[in-house]
Amino acid sequence: MTLKGSPASEGIGLGRAIVIRESDSEISNTQVTDINTELNRFLAAVERAKEEIKEIKETAQRNLGEKNAMIFDAHLLILEDPELLNMVKENISKGMNAESALDESAKFFETILSSLEDEYMRERANDIRDVTSRVIKILSHKEEIDLKSIPSCSIVVARELTPSQTAQMNKQNVRGFVTEKGGKTSHTAIIARTYEIPAVVGIGDITSLVRDGDFLIIDGNDGTVYVNPDESLIREYEKRLEEETRKKEELRKFLQIEARTQDSRRIKLVANIAHVDETDVALKNGAEGVGLFRTEFLFMDRTEPPSEEEQFEAYKTVLEKMGERPVIIRTLDIGGDKSIPYLNIPKEENPFLGCRAIRLCLAQQDLFKVQLRALLRASVYGNLKIMFPMISCIDEIIQTKEIMKEVKTELDKEGIKYSEDFEIGIMVETPSAAIISDMLAEEVDFFSIGSNDLIQYTLVIDRTNDKVSYLYNPLHPAVLRLIKLTVDNAHKKGIEVGVCGEIASDLNMVPILIGLGVDELSVSPSKVLNVKKKIFETNSEREKVTIQKLIGTI
Amino acid sequence: MLEAKIVLKNQTGLHARPASILVTEAGKFKSDIYILKDGREINAKSILGILSMGARKGDEITIRISGEDEEQALSRLTELLENFEE
Repeated sequence: MTLKGSPASEGIGLGRAIVIRESDSEISNTQVTDINTELNRFLAAVERAKEEIKEIKETAQRNLGEKNAMIFDAHLLILEDPELLNMVKENISKGMNAESALDESAKFFETILSSLEDEYMRERANDIRDVTSRVIKILSHKEEIDLKSIPSCSIVVARELTPSQTAQMNKQNVRGFVTEKGGKTSHTAIIARTYEIPAVVGIGDITSLVRDGDFLIIDGNDGTVYVNPDESLIREYEKRLEEETRKKEELRKFLQIEARTQDSRRIKLVANIAHVDETDVALKNGAEGVGLFRTEFLFMDRTEPPSEEEQFEAYKTVLEKMGERPVIIRTLDIGGDKSIPYLNIPKEENPFLGCRAIRLCLAQQDLFKVQLRALLRASVYGNLKIMFPMISCIDEIIQTKEIMKEVKTELDKEGIKYSEDFEIGIMVETPSAAIISDMLAEEVDFFSIGSNDLIQYTLVIDRTNDKVSYLYNPLHPAVLRLIKLTVDNAHKKGIEVGVCGEIASDLNMVPILIGLGVDELSVSPSKVLNVKKKIFETNSEREKVTIQKLIGTI
Repeated sequence: MLEAKIVLKNQTGLHARPASILVTEAGKFKSDIYILKDGREINAKSILGILSMGARKGDEITIRISGEDEEQALSRLTELLENFEE
C-alpha cells in the first residue's frame, strides 16, 4: 500500500510501526456502589498523574527549555481545577465509576471550549483531553505504550502527537513520524525538524490503515509512505538511506570550520528560521547566526496578535540560544500571499502591490510598536539586528526610525533597558530599493536581498501562476544587475549584503551570488552544510568573469 | 459578602494570560470567590470555568466574594481586572 501526505521533515526512514491510538472509546462504565472507595481511587489517580506530569515537565525543561515546559503548568492547573474536580465528584456520588465520571466532566468543558472558535481555547480543549486520558489510563491500568522505551527503529504513527508524548519519547529510537493531522508548522513537524527525524503529515486514516509492527518506509522528501512494501523496494530505500547518511557524514567535516571560497574569500553562512525551536537545528548544523527570523509565524493561526510579552519571550529565547552570534529578526511581513484574518486588512485588487509588510506596519502603528518594544526589550539578551521588509523609498525608512525613536523614549520613561548599539537593516526586495541602494545605504547598517520578491517584481512574474512560471529566472540579467548594483553600492558605503531568499540555498546559484560579491548567505538550517561545501568548491575570481558574460558590463 | 461590578477593558477579555493570572491570584485567598455573568456563577479559582465563560472586552461582570479575607481579595482582584496589561 502506498500513501501520500505532505512532507514535513526531510529524510528517509525505515522501521516498524508503533501506532498511538486514542483510547476514549474503551472506557468502561460500570456502576459503583462503594462511593467513598471510588472517590479515593479517583483522587489517588489524579495525584499519580500530577507526579507523572511534573516528571515530564522536568525532562522538557532540560531538553527543550523553560518556554516549552510551560504547557505542563497548564496541565497541572487543570488537575487542580475545583469546577472540574467537583463535577467528577458529583458524578461519582451518583454511582458513576471514576473513569466515566471524569470522561463526562472533561467532555463538558471540552465542548464549551472548542465551540468558542478561538485558537487558544481549542488548544486548551486539547490540554484537557491530554490530561484526562492520562488519568483514565492510570485508573484503568491500561498498558500505555511506554514512550520512553519504544523499541529501536520505530516509526511513530498517530493522529497528532501531544507535547507530553514527544517530550518523554526516546527520540533516538524513532526513525520517523507519520500523523493524520497537521501541516508544516504543527507540533510534530517542528519537533521532527528539530531532531532531524523524517516526517510525513496529513495522511487521513493512517492510524486505522496501519497496525503495530507493520513495516513502513517513509520518504520525508516527497511525502510518500509505503506500508509493508516488497523486498526490492525496501532494498532500494535502504540504499538511498545509506547514501543520505554517507553524504551527511561527509558534510560533517565542514561543521567546525568557517566558510571560505577556494581563493580564501570569507563568506558568512547563517540560517533562516521561522520558529523558535528551529534555532537548535541551525546551531547543530553550524550556522554562524540567524540571517532571517520570520516573525510573521508568531502571528499566524490564531485569532489575536501575540502580546508584547509573548513576542519578547520568543525573541529573547532565540537571542539567548545564539549567544554572541548575530540574529537578524525581521519585523512583520504580512500581506501579499500571507494574510491574517484578525488584522482586518481590506481585500485588495493587487495584494502584492498593496498594503503589505512595512506599509502595513506604518499604517497600523500600534501593532508595529508592540513588536518594536518586544524587540528592544529583548536586545539586551544577545546580538540583535532588526530588519524591515519591503522598503521601496527613503521616506519609509525615515518614518520607521522615527517610530523606533518614539518607542525608545517610551522605554526610557519606564526605565526599561535596551541595547544601545544594535544594527538596523532593510530587505532589498523591490527594484526601486535596489536602484536607490546608494541612498538607502546612507540610512542603514546592512542589506539583505530577498530574492523571491526581487525576482517576481523585476520580471513581473507570479511564480505560482503555471502559465507564466517558466519565465521565473534568477539568472535573468536584470535580476543579476540589480543584485550587483546593490552589492556595489553597499560596499562603497562600507556596509554588508546578505541574501536570504531561496536562491541562497540553491547550489547552482551559490557560486553566482559569491561572484556578485555577496558577503553573507542565509539558508534553511538543514542546508547549511551543503552550501558550505559548495562555497569551498567555488572560486570567486573565476565566478566574476562568468558573471561579466551573463550580464554584460554595467 | 462583598460585590463589585466591573466592565472589562482589556483587548483579550478573560482569555489566555489574563484568565490564568486571575485564577492564580484568586487562589491565594481563603474566601469563596465567584464571577457572575449572564446569570451564570463561576468559581474564580477554576481556570476551566473562567475560560468557558468566554468574557470579552466590553462585557460587564460581577465579582462576589465571601470569607475572612474578602476585603483584601476584593481590592486586589478589582485592581487586577481593571488594569490588565496586554
